[in-house]
Amino acid sequence: MSASTTSQLPIVSYLSLEPSPHLVANECTACGARFFDRRNACAACFATTFRPVDIETEGVLTSFTIVAFAAPGIPVPFVAGIVKCGSTSVRANIINCEPNPDTVKLGMKVRLVTYSLGTDDDGVEAVGFGFEPVA
Amino acid sequence: MATDDIWILGIAMTKFGKHTDKDIVDLGAEAAMAALTDAGVSMGDIGVLAAGNLMAAGAGFGQQLQKQIGQTGIPVYNVANACATGATALRTAIMAVKSGEVRMGLAVGAEKLAGAGLLGGGGQSKKDGNKWEPRGRYGAVAPTDGRIGTDTMPGTFAQVGMEYGHKYGEVSFETFARISEKNHAHSTLNPLAAYQKRFTIEEIMGDMMIAYPNTRPMCSANCDGAAAAVVTTGEVLRTLSKEQQRRAIKVSASVLTTDPYQEACQILPDVNTLTRNAARQAYEAAGVSPSDLDLVELHDCFATAELVHYDNLMLCPEGGAVEFFESGAPWRDGSTPVNVSGGLQSKGHPIAATGIANIWEVCHHLRGEAGPRQIADAKVGLAHVIGLGSACGVHILERSGL
Repeated sequence: MSASTTSQLPIVSYLSLEPSPHLVANECTACGARFFDRRNACAACFATTFRPVDIETEGVLTSFTIVAFAAPGIPVPFVAGIVKCGSTSVRANIINCEPNPDTVKLGMKVRLVTYSLGTDDDGVEAVGFGFEPVA
Repeated sequence: MATDDIWILGIAMTKFGKHTDKDIVDLGAEAAMAALTDAGVSMGDIGVLAAGNLMAAGAGFGQQLQKQIGQTGIPVYNVANACATGATALRTAIMAVKSGEVRMGLAVGAEKLAGAGLLGGGGQSKKDGNKWEPRGRYGAVAPTDGRIGTDTMPGTFAQVGMEYGHKYGEVSFETFARISEKNHAHSTLNPLAAYQKRFTIEEIMGDMMIAYPNTRPMCSANCDGAAAAVVTTGEVLRTLSKEQQRRAIKVSASVLTTDPYQEACQILPDVNTLTRNAARQAYEAAGVSPSDLDLVELHDCFATAELVHYDNLMLCPEGGAVEFFESGAPWRDGSTPVNVSGGLQSKGHPIAATGIANIWEVCHHLRGEAGPRQIADAKVGLAHVIGLGSACGVHILERSGL
């Protein structure tokens, strides 16, 4: 173990790494609508108070595309998809599987996993997330 | 004609394609002057100008255009509303005329997009120095495009089509490709289309994959172009010549909507609900049902998008888009011809021009002036556009009957 402290930063603030990685949404206390970014007022009911809620880490793939052509610097191909985790839809890459339509299937079960995006000069590791097929 | 009816008196579009010798203002001027000529009026008759351009929004396109076609001091509304910019410009002119503030309005949409490449995607610029720092509303420490899904248009609309498949039964790659085959086949009859080349299904499926299931020919063609329309009221039209009255096209419905809140709309833009809402309002306002439509120009920015809009525009029962397509209905000899212009995939998609050009296409048929691609005896048509964010324009048009 190194003497220096290694801290971690999630790729986005709605990814929580403790106690185990999961997504957190801002839920409208009036109507239950969930948002991953901060909202000034609820888009559904205009109320202004929110509470954090943990999102299930397993879900079902309800849509996907296999991106073969992207902006410069983005590795292709990759699978982008929509995962329904309980009652909440999540946008993510589908990882740890071959990016082809024979292996990626609509309706398949997937679970949240994290991976390292690298460490900066201060020793801070950024952590990304995706969903992988549940074997 | 009722005095408060809205009419398109003149309408025109430029050829879509690569116009290296013309800038946005040249293209806009060409379309605007052609629309004025088509209407039999001049800039001196126009009380309001609604000017649409997206990629240079903020440059005062409308005022630039006035310098080239006539500076009469009338109000200009510069509008930008994603891919619905053209329809928004038209709707702005229509609202001004309908309010009674002006007798005639001119709507113009122009865009230079040839060679623009991939739209959407790329996200935030790279961080300064080697330090992770949370930025923006999501506190992102790195660009999220490509790491948390895709921001690209082909990928976004691919997911729109795939989501339809998850909801109503899987749609094959080939079905999506066959929609593109139809539109490219239709384009061979349209001399103003950017591309007029028919592709085989093998060529479409075997072309470069952009975002599964959309290959390159299944994506809208970035190109240059402009379109413009002159609108007026029934009260004014009554005072004009019989020929102007005969060629005028009635705007039976003009509707613009945005996306109402839906559970998943923060994840994937919901292009369905706002289209369905706009269509419902338009059919009701026009007193027309989907089965009355002789032709439809809908926003086929990608082959995957055309499929879902058959359903959203209620051209088929809910969930029945694949069956509708496979019945041959949207081919030009089918029961509801869709995108006989070639659509965005082959006619092209110069963003701000699109929402007026699709209305030009419908008007062209309703006037019986579409030549070899004329849909025989067309009386009623619908034009639809959608811009991500989102905005949806639906117009229902009817021939004058004079």
